[in-house]
Amino acid sequence: MIPTPPMIDVQELSVSFGNGASARQVVKNVSFSVAKGETLGIVGESGCGKSTVLRSLAGLDRHWNGRINLAGTDVDKVRTRDQMLLTQMVFQDPYGSLHPRHRISRVLTEPIRAMGLGKGWDKVDAALQQVGLPVSFADRFPHQLSGGQRQRVAIARALMLQPQIILLDEPTSALDVSVQAEVLNLLADLKDERQLTYVLVSHDLGVIAHMCDRVLVMKGGVFVDALSREDLYEGRTHNDYSRMLFEASAL
Amino acid sequence: MPAPDQDLILTARNLSVRFGRLARPAVENVSFDLRAERLGIVGESGSGKSTLGRAIMRLLPSIGRASADELMFDGMPLLSTTEKQMRKLRGNRMALIMQDPRYSLNPVLPIGKQVAEAALLHLPVSKAKAYELARGMLERVRIADIERTMKLYPHQISGGMGQRVMIAMMLLAKPRMVIADEPTSALDVSVRGDVLKLLDELVRENDAGLILISHDIRMVAAFCERIMVMYKGRVVEILTSLDEAQHPYTRGLIAAMPDLHAPVHRLKILDRTAIDALEPRP
Repeated sequence: MIPTPPMIDVQELSVSFGNGASARQVVKNVSFSVAKGETLGIVGESGCGKSTVLRSLAGLDRHWNGRINLAGTDVDKVRTRDQMLLTQMVFQDPYGSLHPRHRISRVLTEPIRAMGLGKGWDKVDAALQQVGLPVSFADRFPHQLSGGQRQRVAIARALMLQPQIILLDEPTSALDVSVQAEVLNLLADLKDERQLTYVLVSHDLGVIAHMCDRVLVMKGGVFVDALSREDLYEGRTHNDYSRMLFEASAL
Repeated sequence: MPAPDQDLILTARNLSVRFGRLARPAVENVSFDLRAERLGIVGESGSGKSTLGRAIMRLLPSIGRASADELMFDGMPLLSTTEKQMRKLRGNRMALIMQDPRYSLNPVLPIGKQVAEAALLHLPVSKAKAYELARGMLERVRIADIERTMKLYPHQISGGMGQRVMIAMMLLAKPRMVIADEPTSALDVSVRGDVLKLLDELVRENDAGLILISHDIRMVAAFCERIMVMYKGRVVEILTSLDEAQHPYTRGLIAAMPDLHAPVHRLKILDRTAIDALEPRP
């Protein structure tokens, strides 16, 4: 292995919501790093802080403390334009994350226009094709697409600015099993094609084990266990909580 | 003529549901029997599994019409029963547990009052006795600190707890048949098992029949004695275990799920042309 610097390096990240006496620390001093081309999974129950970690990485939350280093540069709480280009996020619910009154072409060019990089209309066809959708979908509205198709549009939008890191927040939990398989395959193909780095948050250990090289188990704002791919297949866990989670998923 | 089967809870023969003037029925010629057992119904979204459950409860929207050669529940022909009689059956002899407790519980009533209301409606009891029954039932679904919980409103409790409250409410009148429509989909993985076990325990105790509707074929297979697989409104197979699966649709559904113990590089996706060749639909 060539010792390359990690794509994502997080040191002592903590996030609190609220002020003064009612403040609640949701993420407590977590540190982790992800190598280039690796997929890191974070699992945990609702409210354990896994999505909050992802939002801090994406730059959506600005009240974190600690150090976040993306692709070799320390990022600020308020991101500069160049830092914003590094990451993109795909959200859980494709019904909520696409503007209902914008055509797909406008949805897809929005990041380019927001970044002041021109209009981007010429990039729409290629963007649709790379996620396996027909070019004619550019003129449709989100309600004319199925859930799986919408999630493909959301993935295409995340790829518009050619980020190196994609943050996936439960990308398939709103989808059917059969459609979930298609979207997971698409994500795997895109990763191989473009050497992307993924951070995948999910509560479904099956999905996590399928996609990820390494898994962190989160509980109450801290990581309680780290599992390798081999650990997952052989059912090895190092902590009571992760064992419980594992057994519940293997039902 | 054979003697009527006393164990039979529900008989459906050629049950179909149509919406409006649509050419293709949402549920088409579904026939099955339910005894005191656990029957699972699986399929993708849009396969008609929830519509089937609602047709049995006679809870279809006004635009939907159900028809059947026979739909008997406990000796009663459901399709010709009046709405007034249906209201007596629902929640009493037959119960429906829905996906998300946040939407199926009344947000402006405390938990205790809602559960007691179920007792008052369906059992000939006084108000004090109804609260006592509610307390007992909440204890049965393993809710800790009952007195405090009974005063809480639905938004103050967790999803898993909410679903247990729903189960308590629905099983209080000891129904003969329980239809659970995706009862664990909105819950965390860690509490899913508990909720299912609890549901099973209470249904067995009452010697009732359970219909579990879900898209998760492995979960259904682990939990149910028989699995009915639906595709585009029709039943394609009834299985007792996943190994028997013959139909490409059922096999596709099984293969599409990532398995912790059998890793693959690429997941199989449904071969819809092969399925449509076997199951022609207009």
